[in-house]
Amino acid sequence: MEESGIIDWIITGSVILAKILVIVGPLMLGVAYLTFAERKIIGYMQMRIGPNRVGPRGWLQPIADALKLLMKEVIVPTRSNHYLFVLAPTLTIAPALAAWAVIPFDADTVLADVDASLLYILALTSVGVYGVIIAGWASNSKYAFISTMRSAAQIVSYEIAMGFALVGVLMAAGSINLGEIVEAQRGSLLHWYWLPLLPLFVIYFISGVAETNRAPFDVAEGESEIVAGFHVEYSGMAFAVFFLAEYANMILIAFLAALLFLGGWLSPFEGIPVLAPMFNWVPGMVWLLLKAGLFLFFYLWFRATFPRYRYDQIMRLGWKVFIPLTIVWLVIEGAAVVGGLGPWFD
Amino acid sequence: MSFEKLVFYTFAAILVYAATRVITVRNPVHAALHLVLAFFTCAGLWLLLEAEFLAITLVLVYVGAVMVLFLFVVMMLDINLVSLKAGFVRYLPVGLSVAALMLIEMILVLRSKGFDAASMPQPVRHAADYSNTRELGSVLYTDYVYPFEIAAVILVVAIIAAIALTLRKRGESKMQNPAEQVKVRREDRVRLVKMKAETRPAAESED
Repeated sequence: MEESGIIDWIITGSVILAKILVIVGPLMLGVAYLTFAERKIIGYMQMRIGPNRVGPRGWLQPIADALKLLMKEVIVPTRSNHYLFVLAPTLTIAPALAAWAVIPFDADTVLADVDASLLYILALTSVGVYGVIIAGWASNSKYAFISTMRSAAQIVSYEIAMGFALVGVLMAAGSINLGEIVEAQRGSLLHWYWLPLLPLFVIYFISGVAETNRAPFDVAEGESEIVAGFHVEYSGMAFAVFFLAEYANMILIAFLAALLFLGGWLSPFEGIPVLAPMFNWVPGMVWLLLKAGLFLFFYLWFRATFPRYRYDQIMRLGWKVFIPLTIVWLVIEGAAVVGGLGPWFD
Repeated sequence: MSFEKLVFYTFAAILVYAATRVITVRNPVHAALHLVLAFFTCAGLWLLLEAEFLAITLVLVYVGAVMVLFLFVVMMLDINLVSLKAGFVRYLPVGLSVAALMLIEMILVLRSKGFDAASMPQPVRHAADYSNTRELGSVLYTDYVYPFEIAAVILVVAIIAAIALTLRKRGESKMQNPAEQVKVRREDRVRLVKMKAETRPAAESED
């Protein structure tokens, strides 16, 4: 009896481990090629070519970058707090990867079908800030610490607006399970929540950009003022881990925006007489990836287009514009839910 | 030992360790981080009780928000550890009496009627489709709606009071008003003047 129990554990454990590898492997590859896409796309937007030397048309550039970072020495500053200095990258990457456990890629393709998956993601993304805080403090560097304060204040502020936007989604879907939220949007392109929750959708994505400390909200690493932000003192793989976490978080926000507001894996041609059967053969995951890709493109587009916000402007936007706006829209949405406004809330 | 028991004892051990370190560790930042660890493992224990909503909310509110602000304050304090230890002997009797008082209170509560193992019903196992969040919501918004709303009002009052207490105009503040900055038009800053092209006077062009 005991014996079979242990074997069962091992089997279950290795199946879960295999599933984790299937998610994290492509995610890491996605991160690598997102950096490549970033450099190429921003390059073309600025009438440059971008990286084109390593491999055919530069396609091996991210691999070369990763190898370079692997070979470099990890320098721990003498006056830093050594344990926390090493712990900080781990604390950044762990929530960034753990959040992927509940992301559904298709109707039944999900690692952990947690009932409160939306809350779980909200909780884990809020834990990610510790990596930033600890990195800045443990480095014992003024630049890193200034960046830490900026970044933590920004993340805490925008989390509220983001949380309210998510409240709007769960009010509409009547569930906090990501799979059920996507299924609640079934019908057609107009049934997706981007239309009834348009202000929340916009606020969610902008808050997502702010949460991940990306341009135009990247005061945390304003290189013209504070060198490179909270990870100035990090080198080699320790720096690469921060980098990985930032891009994994970007991809996560893009996936969430696609799942919550753009119908996830649902085909955009649903409900259209001729086109819907024509595209029936496309697997749902392809639609999800395309939608997430759209948001990732927005990320890069923002970076190429907008100048950096000033710190007080960021705070004003978060507290005085987004939070009141979300509260007003929640009241309107509450009225629509009570009134059974079709086709979304009936 | 079942898997659940193993998880319980692991988490309980980490929790006790982290909680002890909170009060024994020297560096206040380390203490705050151990408190974070304690909250996190506590959330893990609550998950075992099928209270996933409360567990995730604990992480979201305490770990994700409260402790971040706490850590902020602690990090910016320039604490001298020597002077911190100086008053240890002097404050020891006060500390010990408070600790003894708390210990007695805890013993009184835990030994009271409602807390013995016999009066605690065995927790009911729920099916996989049982939603703790839905149950909690329906209880909060039906049976306990008035206490819940009153608690919310008290919290709002506390928020407003905290803001009112700390909000003050400082003379040296260089605060800018972004609304005014956004409203600026070109005409306010630059004046375009139309004029004819001027030619150089003939006398000067000689040299």
